[in-house]
Parts: sequence; structure tokens; C-alpha cells
Amino acid sequence: MRTISQSKLYTAVYDLVVQANFNLPEYVGQALATMQASEQKPLAKETLNILIQNAHIAAQKHIPLCQDCGLVIVFLEIGTGVTIDGNPESIIQNAVADAYKNNYLRPSIVKDPLFDRTNTGTNTPAFIHTEIVDRGSVTITVYLKGGGSENMCSLKMFTPTADIEEIIEYIITTVKQAGPNPCPPLFLGIGIGGTADVAMLNAKKAVLHKEPHPSEEYRKLEEVILQRCNKTGVGPLGFGGNNTVAMVRIKEAPTHIATLPVALNLNCHSLRYRSITI
Amino acid sequence: MKTIDLYTPIIESSIYHLKAGDFVTISGTIYTARDKAHKKIAELVAQQKPLPIDFTNAVIYYAGPSPAPPGMPIGAIGPTTSYRMDAYTNIMLSLGVRMFIGKGSRNEEVKKLLVNHKAVYCSSFGGAAAYLNQCVVDAQIVAFEEFGPEAMYKLTVEKFPVIVINDIYGGDLYADV
Repeated sequence: MRTISQSKLYTAVYDLVVQANFNLPEYVGQALATMQASEQKPLAKETLNILIQNAHIAAQKHIPLCQDCGLVIVFLEIGTGVTIDGNPESIIQNAVADAYKNNYLRPSIVKDPLFDRTNTGTNTPAFIHTEIVDRGSVTITVYLKGGGSENMCSLKMFTPTADIEEIIEYIITTVKQAGPNPCPPLFLGIGIGGTADVAMLNAKKAVLHKEPHPSEEYRKLEEVILQRCNKTGVGPLGFGGNNTVAMVRIKEAPTHIATLPVALNLNCHSLRYRSITI
Repeated sequence: MKTIDLYTPIIESSIYHLKAGDFVTISGTIYTARDKAHKKIAELVAQQKPLPIDFTNAVIYYAGPSPAPPGMPIGAIGPTTSYRMDAYTNIMLSLGVRMFIGKGSRNEEVKKLLVNHKAVYCSSFGGAAAYLNQCVVDAQIVAFEEFGPEAMYKLTVEKFPVIVINDIYGGDLYADV
């Protein structure tokens, strides 16, 4: 069985945190450029222009893309064919803490939600979701989520006989009501099915899918939701325009005969994540 | 785009011509304050204790910057979501604040208060924090250093870009779109 050393996992996580904070994924940058070209209103065009410039400045001058350097979500897929030399959770927490400290990234995590809102100072704990997969490797994804857009996430438990139109209406209403708050144009992740918690986790995973859904039915639904969201007129940063949502991605799961959960993960225009397989 | 250039301190008469949707640049001194600083200022006012700065005609920027890397006055510094400060806006206006900068919508009460106190609410560019860093020439902590990124900073800015959201006539850019 292959062994992955502590230092290899540590370095991988450290580098992913740095890359995600300073370099927008290429296709996200391209999406901004495409939207900029499609806007007619001068303010919407100028806003997207500023966001494009922001990504260039962040990369060139090593300034974080956003002052909210996010809470760190880690998706960890451990293959059955490998062992990790040490506790992967503590290796990840150490790598995150060091990456934030050494790169002047803002720590934004408080110890307790109610009774002790003192900043931990390290941006840890990162929130780690581990899966065991049938592979001879480990895949790590570091996803940074800002507080402003996280506050706009939503979950609704539909009855199983609900019409798709009802679901679409709920999604459009959520995006419209969130308006400028989550920093549109949004990358919208939708989790459908599973349980309340599984749907929300799938909404988090879905937003990181670069490609549209592989099945035609879901792909069409993603397209319909995208078009309807963009008719709301909210526009870039809520200043008005044709681009309220940049991409819609769905991840579905089997569910109970009595349930139909729908979870929405609204992500700002700055979709910050990186993945590596080691 | 056509822009209006303003210089601090921003006196009452200079905001008469600002309308929702205007592109404005600010040059001069602005102060950061977010959730914890607002809560603390409200406590100081309630206890009639001295305040860290004179808020008369001040510009308050809802922001919590990332730490300054070597050679830079500040790190990334975009706006945070404003509605969390709605509950404290009346106090800040009573102290004399003339302009708030943040992002996202305000509640109806805040919109009325802005009209009554002749103050404006502007949005800067959410998520353009590296871009906005380039407009900051100096940054000094003036209060609440113990709050870390939530400390109150005095920033010297040059042509810091904002969009007027709520003007003194009840205009609201977000409601118009």
C-alpha cells in the first residue's frame, strides 16, 4: 500500500490555500470577461471591468482577491489504496493556520458562535468533509467561502409532489431577495435530494463543478434557472444589469419517499478554490 | 464613466448634488468600522465615555482589511455587507457621520434616517479588495486594536471609487434596478 507522508499532505494543502486566495481559476476569470462583453449598461460594464482588474492585481501584486479570505472548506477524498502517515485532519489544520499567517491572509473564524466570539487568529478550524473512495490516491479540494455570501444560503424542504416550477420560483426569489448582498454575479450551487444536510453539502460541492451536469434533464434545468435569474435585473454587485448569475450547477442525490430538499449555495463572483490529487 | 470627485471632510452642502447611481471618488480621510466597532461605539455612547474620533462629517467604511504585507500600508480592503450595521446607524448619524460606505441594501429605517440627517449611503465594489488596496496611501489603527481585523483604521485614500445607493432625497439605486 502507498504511503503519503505528512509533509506531502501539508505542502499540498498549504499551496492550495495560497493559490485559492490569490489566483482566480482561469475559467472563472473567463466567465467575468464574457459577462463584461455582454453588458450594455455603463455601470454594469465598469463594475465587471473593476472585478477583472481586481483578479489581475491580486495575482501580480500578491494581494488577496478579497479581504474576506473566507472560511476554509476542505473536501478530502482518501483512496482505499493509500495510507496517510499521521492524522490527516490535524495536518490540514496546521497547513491552513500556517498558510494564513505567512501570507497575511485575514483570519475570520471566531471560537464560539454565541458565547465567545473571539477570533481564533489562525482561520482554523477549517471545515473538513472526508470521503473514502476506491482509488490509489488522495484528492484535496480547498474552497474558500466569504461570510457575506454564506449568509445568503438557503434551504427549503419541499413536499415530494412539488412542481419543478415551484422549485425554480423559490430559487429566483432567493437570488432576487439576496440582491446585492452576496456580491453577484453569483456562482450558484444547488443540492437537490438526500437529507437537509446532504442537500446543503451537495450545493457546496456542485458550485465547484466546472462543467455543466452530465445528464440532459439536469443540464437543461441549470440552463433554465440561469436564464430566469438573469432576467431579475439585479446585475453585477446589484447595480443593475443582465448578469446576476454566472453559472448554475446542480448535484442531486437519492432521497426519502416523503422528502424533497432543495439547498442553495450562493457564491460571490470570486469563486475561490483549488484541487490537487497526490 | 462620468465621475464626481469629493474631498474629505464631506460637508452637508457637498452631498446635495449626489443622486442614487452616481459614480463618486473620495479622496482624503475615511475610517473603517464594522460589527464589533459599532457595538463598542454604541456602548461608549450609552456610558457617556470619550469616543475614539470626532465623527462630525466623517466617512465610515464598513470594512475589515486583511493584514498589511511588508511594504504596503494595508492588505486587501473591500467593503463588507452593510445591513449588519443597520441597528447602529441612528447612533452614528447622531454623532455626525456624513457618509457610509459598504455593500448591499439597508432597511427602511436607515433609508429614512439618511434623509433626515442629510447623509448618504454608498456601495464600494464588493470583492474588488485588491483593486481598492491600490487607492489606500496610508493606514493607521485609531481604536480597538484588540479586535484584530475589526479594529478601527484611519485610512488616507486617493480616488476611492463608490456608487451612491441612497441619496438624501430618498433615491435608492437597488430599488430602481
